[in-house]
Amino acid sequence: MADRLLDAKGLNCPLPILRTRKALQGMPTGATLEVQATDPGAVQDFAAFCRTTGNELLESKSADGVYTFLIRRAA
Amino acid sequence: MADTAGGTRDNARSMSLIVTKGTLDWAYPPFILATTAAAMGLEVTMFFTFYGLGLLRKKLDLEITPLGNPAMKMPMAGMHLALPNLLSVLPGVGSGATAMMKSLIKRKGVASIEELRDLAVEAEVKMIACQMTMDLFEYKLEDLIEGPVLGGAATYIEAAVRSDINLYI
Repeated sequence: MADRLLDAKGLNCPLPILRTRKALQGMPTGATLEVQATDPGAVQDFAAFCRTTGNELLESKSADGVYTFLIRRAA
Repeated sequence: MADTAGGTRDNARSMSLIVTKGTLDWAYPPFILATTAAAMGLEVTMFFTFYGLGLLRKKLDLEITPLGNPAMKMPMAGMHLALPNLLSVLPGVGSGATAMMKSLIKRKGVASIEELRDLAVEAEVKMIACQMTMDLFEYKLEDLIEGPVLGGAATYIEAAVRSDINLYI
């Protein structure tokens, strides 16, 4: 269970990433954030976002048109 | 130092953009890329010049035109249709296309330009308003949002020469 849940369903690029960054900013290092999105581009975008920022993408999965990402906030 | 949520600002990478166009459609790429780059820990500088400068006005009234834009095929009646130039010059066609685009933007969960611009300001994206364009088009500083600094080509070049990404849009 993530420390925090962000519902980005129905939002289009770049809003899911921007909301995610804002959510991570308010969290302590090591805390986990679960993001739910419906934008199919989010799969590549969240992987790229995490690789570039150093935040850890613990899980990336999809079910019934909803993409779920579990991210651990880096220092 | 700003909280970068994992992004490292100490050796921050950076991006600079020249924003030259001021229509509703062309306003998107610079603001999407600037906000996203900032969210990914980059330092971002935007230089607003010529028609792009209008994107810094407090009150935005952005429009699109199908005129001279054969690539603009909008989803209509289950198809994608372009308007011939001969129709695009008729009064009301441009504002009709603008209204259609704005309704698509809302329906598809795409951010408004106002929203992206607010997010860019909030993310401390540096904005330079081209002084020459201000003079040319007779804009006053009080017409613009809070935040942009006045500058010229040299101010942009200083940012661009140390940027990892430079874009002209």
